[in-house]
Amino acid sequence: MVQFQKANLDASFAALSDPTRRGILERLGQRDASITELADRFRMTLTGIKKHVGVLEQAGLVTTAKVGRVRTCRLGARRLEDEAAWIEWYRQLWDRRFDELDSIVEELKQQHAVNPKESQEP
Amino acid sequence: MSNPTTAERKSDLELVVTRTFNGPAHLVFEAWTRPDLFQRWWLPAEFGMTFDSCQLDARTGGSYRLVFNHPDFPQPMAFFGKYLEVVPNSRIVWTNEESEGGPVTTVTFEEQDGTTLLSLTERYPTKESLDEAIASGSTGTAGAAQQFELLDELLGTLV
Repeated sequence: MVQFQKANLDASFAALSDPTRRGILERLGQRDASITELADRFRMTLTGIKKHVGVLEQAGLVTTAKVGRVRTCRLGARRLEDEAAWIEWYRQLWDRRFDELDSIVEELKQQHAVNPKESQEP
Repeated sequence: MSNPTTAERKSDLELVVTRTFNGPAHLVFEAWTRPDLFQRWWLPAEFGMTFDSCQLDARTGGSYRLVFNHPDFPQPMAFFGKYLEVVPNSRIVWTNEESEGGPVTTVTFEEQDGTTLLSLTERYPTKESLDEAIASGSTGTAGAAQQFELLDELLGTLV
């Protein structure tokens, strides 16, 4: 799973390393767009744009859906970024609790040192 | 200087948190199972919440019930479940039953040279339930989205 997450991160970084792809994300941040619109906007061939959109799609940054003959692109759920942020929040929550727990363990250590009879272990 | 805390999503179903404490396992276990001590660390002051009550019957088959107050809560929030397994100084397993699809939490204490490696695993029943917990910003042990927002606000200033 760690490797899977790393693969995901690599895909995201690779996707974001290209200025056209960053431009596409910025554009889709304003509103959804078709492949044709993106090709016009970035002055690229349909094939070229499809390639870029494909890389963004692989990384989970963009989703596409075909309606009739038009393929519409929109920003993906950005699940990876959201999940990473949540896990960092979750880590900090436990970190704060464990800082408090640290001081209680310290306090118990002192008490047991003063009063060794109460200690549960030799 | 405190030891680092790590957290990761270990699988589709599991979150794992680790931390080393500079003391023997029986003291960490004691702080986790004695209500008077537990109340002093589970809600650090900046969470903005206080214990209304804290009942821990920390033995296999026993149950627990935590009730928190916060000025913004319309009414106190309760968190409760059962201890599926309690092995003194080594392992505690409990359910989180305040909401559907809550995880089973396992905490283990491994002592080495007077320090204790604590590992906490929250295992959700399905991938969807963990995804949903993440999406809604709740955690099995800490609950409500309100709490997430409060903490987010607070912790956002620390990042």
